[in-house]
Order: sequence, then C-alpha cells, then structure tokens
Amino acid sequence: MHALLRPFAIKSSVDLARLGVILALFGLILFGALRYDNFVSPFNILSFLRYNSMFALIALGMAFVIITGGIDLSVGGTAAMASVVAALFSPYHWAAGLVGGMAAGLAVGALNGFFITRMRIQPFIATLATMLAAYGTGLLLANNQSVSVSYDTGFTIIGQDDFLGFPIPAWIALAAYILGWLVLEKLPVGRHVLAIGDGEATAGLMGLKVERTLAAVYLASGTLAGLAGVILASQFGAGQPTEGVGWELFAIASVVVGGTLLTGGSGSVGATLAGALLLAMVFNILNFENGLGWISLSAYWQSVIRGAFLLVVVVLQAKLMTRHRST
Amino acid sequence: MTTIETPAPQQSGALSSGSRLFTLASRYGTFVAFLALIVVNIAVTPNFLSWQTLNVNLTQVATIVIVATGMTLVIATGGIDLSVGSLMAISGALAPMIFMGQFWPVESMAFAVTLAFLLPVIVASLFGLFNGLLVTRFSIQPIIATLVLFIAGRGIAQVMTNGNLQVFKNEGFQFIAMGRIAGIPAQVVLMVVIVALASAMIRYTVIGRQIIAVGGNEKAARLTGIPVKRVKMLVYMISGALAGLAGLIVVARNSASDANLVGLGMELDAIAAVAVGGTLLTGGRANIIGTLLGAFVIQLVRYTLLANGVPDAAALIVKAGLIVLAVFIQQRADRH
Repeated sequence: MHALLRPFAIKSSVDLARLGVILALFGLILFGALRYDNFVSPFNILSFLRYNSMFALIALGMAFVIITGGIDLSVGGTAAMASVVAALFSPYHWAAGLVGGMAAGLAVGALNGFFITRMRIQPFIATLATMLAAYGTGLLLANNQSVSVSYDTGFTIIGQDDFLGFPIPAWIALAAYILGWLVLEKLPVGRHVLAIGDGEATAGLMGLKVERTLAAVYLASGTLAGLAGVILASQFGAGQPTEGVGWELFAIASVVVGGTLLTGGSGSVGATLAGALLLAMVFNILNFENGLGWISLSAYWQSVIRGAFLLVVVVLQAKLMTRHRST
Repeated sequence: MTTIETPAPQQSGALSSGSRLFTLASRYGTFVAFLALIVVNIAVTPNFLSWQTLNVNLTQVATIVIVATGMTLVIATGGIDLSVGSLMAISGALAPMIFMGQFWPVESMAFAVTLAFLLPVIVASLFGLFNGLLVTRFSIQPIIATLVLFIAGRGIAQVMTNGNLQVFKNEGFQFIAMGRIAGIPAQVVLMVVIVALASAMIRYTVIGRQIIAVGGNEKAARLTGIPVKRVKMLVYMISGALAGLAGLIVVARNSASDANLVGLGMELDAIAAVAVGGTLLTGGRANIIGTLLGAFVIQLVRYTLLANGVPDAAALIVKAGLIVLAVFIQQRADRH
C-alpha cells in the first residue's frame, strides 16, 4: 500500500477495535448489573472508582507515550517513589505532599526525556533503567519500609474523601482525561504527538519540534505516575516503596485494549479510559463471581486471566490489522 | 530512533578521536570494566581473593548468564523476551511436584528425578514456542507477545502450587545446584557449556548466521531464502528452555520453590547483561562472550557495593546507570 494511504487505511480498523472495547465495557456492566445484587450499589461503584483512578491516570500518560511510538516502563517505580516522597512531605502541608510527589514523578519523566531525546537511547531501555533507579531511590528514602503519612494536615483527604458524592481520585482522573482529550484532539501539540508516532523523520522534516514534544510526553507520563503515587500514599495512609510492580504492564494493557497501536501514530484518550475500565471491570466481576461461590478463584488466577485477556485482545488486533492490510 | 541528521562533512582525521574512543569503549569497555572491578575489589573488599567469594559470585551469576544467553539470541533477531522470569517460576514449580509425587506416584526415584529435569525444560520451551508463534504467525511485536506470558506465566506457576512454598530435599535433583563436577559447582559447568555451545552456534553454524541475518535485515533475509519464521521460533524456544533450566537451578539451590519469587526481575538482569555485554538491542549482532562478561560486571558491581556496606537499593541505581551508559556507548560507536 502506498505510504501516504496507510494512516487512513489503518484508522478504520482501529476504530472498529475501539468500538469493540466500548461495546465490551457496556456488555460487562450489563452482565454485572443483571447477575449480582450489589454490583450497581453505590459502595461498589465508589470503591471501584476510588481504587482504579490511579491506574487510569497512569494509562493516560502511557497512551501519549505509546502514540509517539515509545513506551514507559518506569511508571510503576515512579509511582512507588512518588508515594514515598509524598508521605515524607505530608507532615508539612497536604499540598507539600501533593506537589512533592508530582515533582518526584516529573523528575523521572525529565530523566527519561533526557535519555531518549539527548542520549538517543531507546525508550524501552531508558525507562527500564529509570524504573530500577526509581525503585532504588524510593527504597533508600524510605529505608526499605513503608512511610506513614501525616493525618493532621489533611493529606489523606486526597485519596479517601468524596466531593459531590464522588471520590476525589475519580475527579482528579476525570480532570486529567478531559485535559488529555483536549491536548490530543484540540491542540496543535496533539497533532504533533500523532505525527511523531506516524514517522519521526517525516515529522522532523515538517518542522515539528520532535525532541521537545517527545520530552513533554515523557514529562507528562512521569508526572501522572507521580500523581498516582500521591493518591496511593493518601489512600493507604503510607508511602509504599515496593508497590507499583506490574503497574506499567496494566497501563500498557489498558492502552492496547483501548485500540491504540503499539507502533504509534494513532490512539484515543477516550478508548484508553474504556480500556482501563474494562480491565478493572473484569476483576470486579471476578470478585463478585467468587462471592457468589459459583467458582472459587484464588487471587493467583487474576494474573492468568489478565494475561489471557491481553492475549485475546492482541491477537484480535493483529487479525484486524492483517485483514485490513490484505483488502 | 530515527532523527534527521545532516552529516556534517568531516575529515577522517577530525572524526576519529571522539568516535574512536566510543568504538574502543564499546569493544573493550566491558572487559576493562571487569578488570577494573577486580582490581578495585582486591584493594578495598576484605577477603575478596577467596574461594568462598569466587563461589558466591559464580553461583549467583550462573543463572543470569544461562538466561541471558537465550536472551542474546532473541535480541540478535531483533526481538525481546520478557517472559523468562515467569517461565523460570513455572519450571521451578513443576520440578518438585514431579519427584514429590504430586502428579503420579513415584515408583523409581531415579526415573522421577530424570523426568523432573526433562519435563519442566520441555514445558518451558513449549511456552517459548508459543511466544514465537505469536511473534511470527500473528506479527505481534515481541515486547507485547512475551508480555502475555510475563503476566500470565507467574500466575500459572502460582495456580499450580496454590501459591504455597514447596520445600524439599532431594540429593539427586539438587545436584544441579549443589553438586560439583571435578570440584567446580555443577551450575557453573552448565553455564560454561551453554555459553560455549551458543557461542559456537553463532560463529560456526548456518543457523547461527541465519539468526544474525534475520536481525540485521529481515526482508533481505527472507529474500535470500532464510526461513525467517522458523529461525525466530527457534530462538524463542531456546530462550524458553534456558529459562526453564535456570528455574531448576534456582529451586535446587534454595531447596524450595516459591512461585512468587523464582525468577522475579530476571528479564531485567538478562537484558542488562546483554546490553552491557555489547550486543546491540536493535538486533543483527550477538556477542555471547560479551553477555557473559556483562553479567559478571553487573554481578561484581552489586557484590562490590554490598560487600562494602552500600544498601541494595543504591545498587539498583548504579545498575540503572550502568545500563544507560553501556547502551549509550554502543550506539555512539555504532553510528560511526
């Protein structure tokens, strides 16, 4: 196929994948609502939102990174380190905890941006290294333990309280997604991000500031991971230097399930949210199923099912792509 | 990463001093770092020159080298294998279940132990084949294809054992980690044999050259009649089998199998060893001896820091710096 036609051709099959995610999400919600008594209870919905907002935030940053054709493996380690920093700052003021945690995430993002744009190290390796370094720093700062947050400054409100009936983390995630959608769909920088993923060389020839845009994307991903770390510390009352293991994979899976191609160049903020919610919903439903006593799945089944789910999605994606390529 | 660069007209003389440094560093850097680490340790680490220290370092590095050898082959084809740690957990969970009679009653212990060596490695190589199929048949990027088993594999091992710690004592099986052949720990002998075989395969066999060709330029390789898909499936199978073997060594060494911990983070160690050892992560090259040296450098750095009272967490940061530096030097050297 002619190179110029490629983005248009791929687009429609990707749209199909995105539609599938949203349909699957509604299907699961309908299934849960009909099958379980307490599925649509406020308690289940609110705790679902409260807990999964952290993952949704990380998935948003990951979506931007993957749209540029990169990957950010450091988000889990960053969140862990940021939760420690937030906990250490929380006694001074709740805002100190918030800003400190986000700044820690920003710092890792800046390092990623430097390695990737200045030293020209593949994103995969650069973020792998910063993941190690972030875990190391978090453990050093926390002395290998979890760090209690201060309850006096109101820091725990961020993760534990509600605003207008909804958990504050959910509001934060909603705001981030609206902002992300605006950036990707409405601002020039969003088109630059897409263009870079489609072909970095071409984007450079078109006069786009490739390096600056790439660095901004990794900064955003790091900061969002830092924010997730703040919520983690606030929600659980402690900075957790060993948390976050596997979060990057959950985020990548959410983005992939959301129909964003790992080769970059296309992607959608809304579908990423649907992907993250879908993955989280699978576990919510499994918990209910366990509660009903119909099946008894140990927690260990979760990762098997998560992996199988990812397998189905990537195979379907691959099939869609090849079918489209051949027509 | 592709960026547009207008190569400035350079005289060969002006170009060299900087780029020659990177070329030198990439060719001999790992070896120099290895020697430097030994010298530093002799100077500062108490009791460094002892059999005990040598033993500790060799046995700790053996499993990393075995896994990293498979990883080198995968990376040489332009792929990556994130599932190695999980496959170690699966094979490590499987082996004790066989000789402890959890599948069928053990009639002859010798037979059961033989099976405990063979079956887990075969199962791990079949999982490797599964990775290879995803990469070749469905054209899924290796990082995502192997992500599936990275996530699900440890879960499979945990489901098999119900997350329980399996404790055992079985001299025959544990020979692989505890035994000695001519005074040398069996796992070290295994490591040397595997490195030698892989190195010879890359250098002297057709399949070795095909692996490099696939990573160098896949399209060209296909056009010259190389069975690209089969070559790729083979490297993922080898990587799986070697991970399986490493899993056996780890559980035999611990006299226990913990599905939650066996092989945890091994994919990072293996990739780091390959990167530090000078194999380009973009494929088309395989330096098995380099990987061996890379693994030793990483192990020695960690040992040096720990033996001198630096916390493990700081060692993580140093390892991160090492990876970035190694890849940076490789790429700079390669561009000229």
